[in-house]
Amino acid sequence: MMRTSPTRIALYAISALVLVYLILPVLIIAPISFSSARFLTFPPPSFSLRWYQQYFANSAWMQATRVTLTVALLTVVIATPLGVAAAYAISQSKLRIMRIIHMALLLPLVVPIIITAVGIFFVYAKVGLVATMSGLVLANVMLGLPYVVISVLAGLQSFDPAQEMVARSLGMNRLRSFFAVTLPQIKSSVIAGGIFAFISAMDETIVALFISGGQFQPLTKRMFTALRDEIDPTIAAISTLMTAASFMLVLLASARQKRSG
Amino acid sequence: MLALVSPALLVILALIVLPVGWLAWQSVYHDGFTLENYRRVFTEDVYWRSFALTFEISLAVTGIALLLGYPVAYLANSVPKGWSILILSLVVLPFWTSVLVRAYAWLALLQRTGVINQFLRYLDVISEPLALVHNTFGTVVATVHILLPFMVLPLYATMQKIPGDLMQAGASLGASPSLTFFRVFLPLSLPGVLAGCTMVFVLCLGFYITPELLGGGRTVMVSMLVSRNVELYNQFGAASAVAVVLLLSVLLIFFAVSRFISLDRVLGQK
Repeated sequence: MMRTSPTRIALYAISALVLVYLILPVLIIAPISFSSARFLTFPPPSFSLRWYQQYFANSAWMQATRVTLTVALLTVVIATPLGVAAAYAISQSKLRIMRIIHMALLLPLVVPIIITAVGIFFVYAKVGLVATMSGLVLANVMLGLPYVVISVLAGLQSFDPAQEMVARSLGMNRLRSFFAVTLPQIKSSVIAGGIFAFISAMDETIVALFISGGQFQPLTKRMFTALRDEIDPTIAAISTLMTAASFMLVLLASARQKRSG
Repeated sequence: MLALVSPALLVILALIVLPVGWLAWQSVYHDGFTLENYRRVFTEDVYWRSFALTFEISLAVTGIALLLGYPVAYLANSVPKGWSILILSLVVLPFWTSVLVRAYAWLALLQRTGVINQFLRYLDVISEPLALVHNTFGTVVATVHILLPFMVLPLYATMQKIPGDLMQAGASLGASPSLTFFRVFLPLSLPGVLAGCTMVFVLCLGFYITPELLGGGRTVMVSMLVSRNVELYNQFGAASAVAVVLLLSVLLIFFAVSRFISLDRVLGQK
């Protein structure tokens, strides 16, 4: 009875439209990237890989791609252990200050990114980190930390700390018991957190706009600059590749989370 | 335990607490203590108008996101599990696409030679291309798109906790479906509404990429005021003061909201 009521039909229709609105822009990029036309035309006149060729043949885009991948990988390598250690400490400790520290670690999600970006730019300008690789990596580690902490804390919630106590009572020290007992059980949440930190670093644009430069400009900065000037379909090709990479990583992360839980 | 958390904390202190503190310092200190930057922010037209515009756009974006997001969350909550997973995946999918990529997609859709204008001309609905982008309209369309998941997810999480029997109880007592919705379901979903609206509003206040790329230079939001003062005019003090006022607005909103609902509810949704 409920299912056929007019309100119900209206609900279906509105929701369907909203979902189209959400999905369409994500899907529209791919056909543009495979079109032979110089200007955006839809439907595309004919299939072509020229924008992909242009991307792979352009040394500036390739350099930017290398920067992006290096930054994202280094971010994961640094942010993941830091985030796991912090999440573990937060979940185990009963110190009151841990609540404040927990909040502090989520600050990158609260402070508007434009403010963070300008602030980092000023600090980097003083210490000579503008337009450097280490500066870019450090900033992305900071931005990626909350994702690792949130993910690992969620993983630790379903873990029974008594198990680690047992291992310790059997003579393992804290470090060994963590690696032998705790880590294997929260592995999925650690991997998911690392993947989210990777995606965050790959997509990060605003901080890079302010602090990156010279040969250390990530893809997003070059794309942003290119978009301000004119619309080059090469960006559609890059966007399609980035989106495909993100989706595969998210699928990987959620597959891991499902298996664990 | 403190030793374990200290490396992460150090990163946060050095890369967000110190930079923000620096901005605050720079906003009041330039060869001596001064409130000149704040005087400018609060009295000069350019700044006032930008803050007003930013709040207006954020309100509009929040309102539209609520109107679009509520039905979707409601539907996801009321269909069998497989369907709700599908709906939520479609909501979260764009979430994991770079904001820059989505801004580009909207440019491709909305510009004069874009997909929508071409389609409408093909249908003979219009003879001249509509100005859909490089204005406030384009900014709002793209910003709502990017922030909508932040509305739907807390709404859905709250609706999930509303016991289904309550609706049945309402119905068995003779209330019409719409009456049970407005008297029972809607009030119980309000914490989710508040959480979603807070997140969307606050994120929109500091939004940069969409107004910069889709606003056509006319929609100068506060974030652009900050970046222009840094990049174009070298007015570091003014940029810092604008940033501080923006940050205080955000913190004030979080503080006000935290008196009604737990902040975890607002922030825990990513």
